[in-house]
Amino acid sequence: MAKNKPEPVQVIKQRRDAALAKLGASIPYVTYMGIQFERRGDELTAILPFRDDLVGNPFLPALHGGATAAFLEVSCVFELTWSTVWEAIETGVMSPDEIAIGQNLTMPKTIDFTVDYLRSGLPRDAYARAVVNRSGRRYASVSVEAWQDNRSRLFAKASGHFIIPDIKTDT
Amino acid sequence: MAHQNIKIAQDFVDGIPHSKALGMTVVSVGEGEFVMEMPYNPDYIGDPATGVIHGGAVFALLDSCCGGAVISHPEHKGVTATIDLRVDYMRPATPGQTIRATATCYNMTRTVAFVRAVATDSRSDKPVAMASGAFVTG
Repeated sequence: MAKNKPEPVQVIKQRRDAALAKLGASIPYVTYMGIQFERRGDELTAILPFRDDLVGNPFLPALHGGATAAFLEVSCVFELTWSTVWEAIETGVMSPDEIAIGQNLTMPKTIDFTVDYLRSGLPRDAYARAVVNRSGRRYASVSVEAWQDNRSRLFAKASGHFIIPDIKTDT
Repeated sequence: MAHQNIKIAQDFVDGIPHSKALGMTVVSVGEGEFVMEMPYNPDYIGDPATGVIHGGAVFALLDSCCGGAVISHPEHKGVTATIDLRVDYMRPATPGQTIRATATCYNMTRTVAFVRAVATDSRSDKPVAMASGAFVTG
């Protein structure tokens, strides 16, 4: 059997970026908060563009602790989901066109989430990168770091545990 | 008097843009006790398959409510900020229902206030989530 000619890398890249955008757009709260994602290979960076209604202390002003926590939790959930989806795409279990929460994907459920507020969140864009520390059959431990202007000056750190859903491969 | 306190607390919450945006309302205020509600809104859905609210929105409610408990403590002066907060998610919040958070500031030192909170909906007495954390005082 003749091997198919590999797809141009640009086509694959576009499809993966589209899959990621689709994943984000399928969750109303992610859209509401305005959280975006950037992908470099399998590495994700979550972005929280600053908005006036994310403020918790209008006198400083500083980001609301709840908004920061929500941003970090979304980053963790996405990292976890994306790492599973990524593997499913790589191994051909799932096609990138199938990706939308509620169809073939179920969200991981948060068991607990702990946020360390290291300094106050400034009224500007925030970035976060999450790492899956361990992913077992049922539970995963994920931690995340968030910064604003300076990558080495974190303004918040968080970690949490999540129940991993099964990927449904049948339709 | 109680109504007056609720009004003052509500004005304070309305001054916090993110809490106001999420539609949080003050139900009652005591000394180091704070009760708040957040109505269900399809915008806060975290799992479109079930319509369950995202944990982040529940976290924001609990964080705001804990802050309220610190500020309402008789020994506290001025503003506060979260040092750390842990939330345990016990069960999904029932879609369509308002979530109520009850926070208690159970210990206050010169520099740190210790707070715990519980979130419930109207379906059952079993909590949706519980929080515990430390806040800045003074």
